[in-house]
Amino acid sequence: MNLNLKKSMDSRKGKNKLIYILVCLFSFFAMIPLFLILWDVISKGYKNFNINLFTKVTPSSMDALIANMNGDPIPGGILNGITGSVLIVGLAILFSVPLGLFIGIYLSENRDKKFAGLVSYLTDLLQGMPSIVIGIIAYAWVVKPLGSYSALAGSVALTMMMLPMIVRSTEETLKMLPVSYKEAGLALGSSYTSVVFNILLPSGFGGIFTGILLAISRVMGETAPLMLTALGASVVNWNVMEPTSALPLLIWDFYNDPNLVELVWSTSLLLLIFIFLLNWIAKIVARKWKI
Amino acid sequence: MKPVLQMKDVSVSYTPGTFAVKNVTTDIYPNTITAIMGPSGCGKSTLLRAINRMHDLYANIKTTGEITLKGNNIFNMNSMEVRRLAGMVFQQPNPFPTMSIYENVLAGYKLNGISLKKREKDEIVEQSLQSVALWDEVKDVMSKRGSFLSGGQQQRLCIARTLALKPEILLMDEPTSALDPISTNKIEELLLELKQKFTIIVVTHNMSQAARISDNSMFMYLGELVEHGNTTQMFTKPKNKRTEEYLTGVFG
Ligand SMILES: Nc1ncnc2c1ncn2[C@@H]1O[C@H](COP(=O)(O)OP(=O)(O)OP(=O)(O)O)[C@@H](O)[C@H]1O
Ligand SMILES: [Mg+2]
Repeated sequence: MNLNLKKSMDSRKGKNKLIYILVCLFSFFAMIPLFLILWDVISKGYKNFNINLFTKVTPSSMDALIANMNGDPIPGGILNGITGSVLIVGLAILFSVPLGLFIGIYLSENRDKKFAGLVSYLTDLLQGMPSIVIGIIAYAWVVKPLGSYSALAGSVALTMMMLPMIVRSTEETLKMLPVSYKEAGLALGSSYTSVVFNILLPSGFGGIFTGILLAISRVMGETAPLMLTALGASVVNWNVMEPTSALPLLIWDFYNDPNLVELVWSTSLLLLIFIFLLNWIAKIVARKWKI
Repeated sequence: MKPVLQMKDVSVSYTPGTFAVKNVTTDIYPNTITAIMGPSGCGKSTLLRAINRMHDLYANIKTTGEITLKGNNIFNMNSMEVRRLAGMVFQQPNPFPTMSIYENVLAGYKLNGISLKKREKDEIVEQSLQSVALWDEVKDVMSKRGSFLSGGQQQRLCIARTLALKPEILLMDEPTSALDPISTNKIEELLLELKQKFTIIVVTHNMSQAARISDNSMFMYLGELVEHGNTTQMFTKPKNKRTEEYLTGVFG
């Protein structure tokens, strides 16, 4: 072999190796903060991660102060936040999933209509909207007219945040399906609606469902829009017209109360566990339902 | 005998001013196999898809002329009814990915919201799969996904799915071009069986296939129907010079 060629090969191999090492190094550094966060949350959160956390509502600041002085564990939990999050997010799922599916189907099936372009643009706009602005809008649309903070108002805000994510994942998933599925269905003499519901949606289930799960995990931790809408409550509330607590709202409350600040970590830990679980399920679904 | 399908001055254009199919006029008789041949891009698929009004799905495509199916103008019929009468099999086998083999055969019924008793379902499934000679191969794996089958089996499943609806005519666009010789052979035998009950129009690039299975052949060139006649006659004594050139491999 030509000696020059060999030399240049060697130097190229050397460069490759160097870049590979750099990439590994940087990835490692990027991971450090993530592990620190996890470590912090787990090491500080596990102390109060007990049955009380899941069965009792937030204690008053006074009770917590007394318990702290006596060296007792904090006499309360975050049941009101757990049920509140379930109520608000559940309602938001109920609103955003059907609406998002329909808009997503519409966009993927009417790619070159003017109105579809407008809807698509608005979807992008909504996706980029700061969550505090969404909170203010929900406040103006729901809290003001109804005259009260409520779980409903909170879920309207979260719906606006979930909607663009569900629309996009539905649209993208359906666009990736081969046209042959649609044509084969229609060639059997079926109606368009029937093809959408019996063929397209089931075929795209994996992608669409993953998108929904990710949207849920995204809004689970939203705080700002809930402050302006659901407000918070120290009792378990299942009435959608009443102020309601939620996990991120509790984290904020605890942070502002020196007597309860311990609970910040346990609540954060629970929220993180929820979000990890959702992401994990989303991954499994995406893999299992690949066609 | 009366033709089952008649076309009169059928033209199709994808872009205004140009025609992918130009003034095609012809008759197709029942219980025959007609092969459509011609060089790539001559409009074979376009013509075939005009027959079951597949072009309706795309707003830019304009179809003109008259197509009658058993004496009824298809453009005056409901498009869903037209498609049930003129079943279509595509080039790529495309069983529905979320449905089992069993459900795939019944897909037409499910999609059309026709509810059947379990006994009727079983009967249709067995009959349809028998008629595509797939029954013995799949009867023990009915609940498996359609995509579990080999390409040739998938294509036979797709034919069964179409036959299950008992169409009048069967439109097939290069149904064997994605298959190996053995599967191709099976499907050819199958078509010869099926013509007892159905009328078949099949687009093919394979001239020996056309010679083996078809009663009549159509030769298309640049969107026009150049020649349509008895296959043996066309292969031995083509009337048109273009047909002769194509069949002897001068171009194509
Ligand atoms: N969706 C479409 N949009 C625009 N033009 C098209 C479209 N489909 C086909 N055409 C054009 O119409 C003409 C006929 O196409 P068609 O697919 O019917 O040919 P074909 O005979 O089936 O060819 P092949 O043997 O390659 O399948 C071609 O010139 C093609 O470029
Ligand atoms: Mg073609």
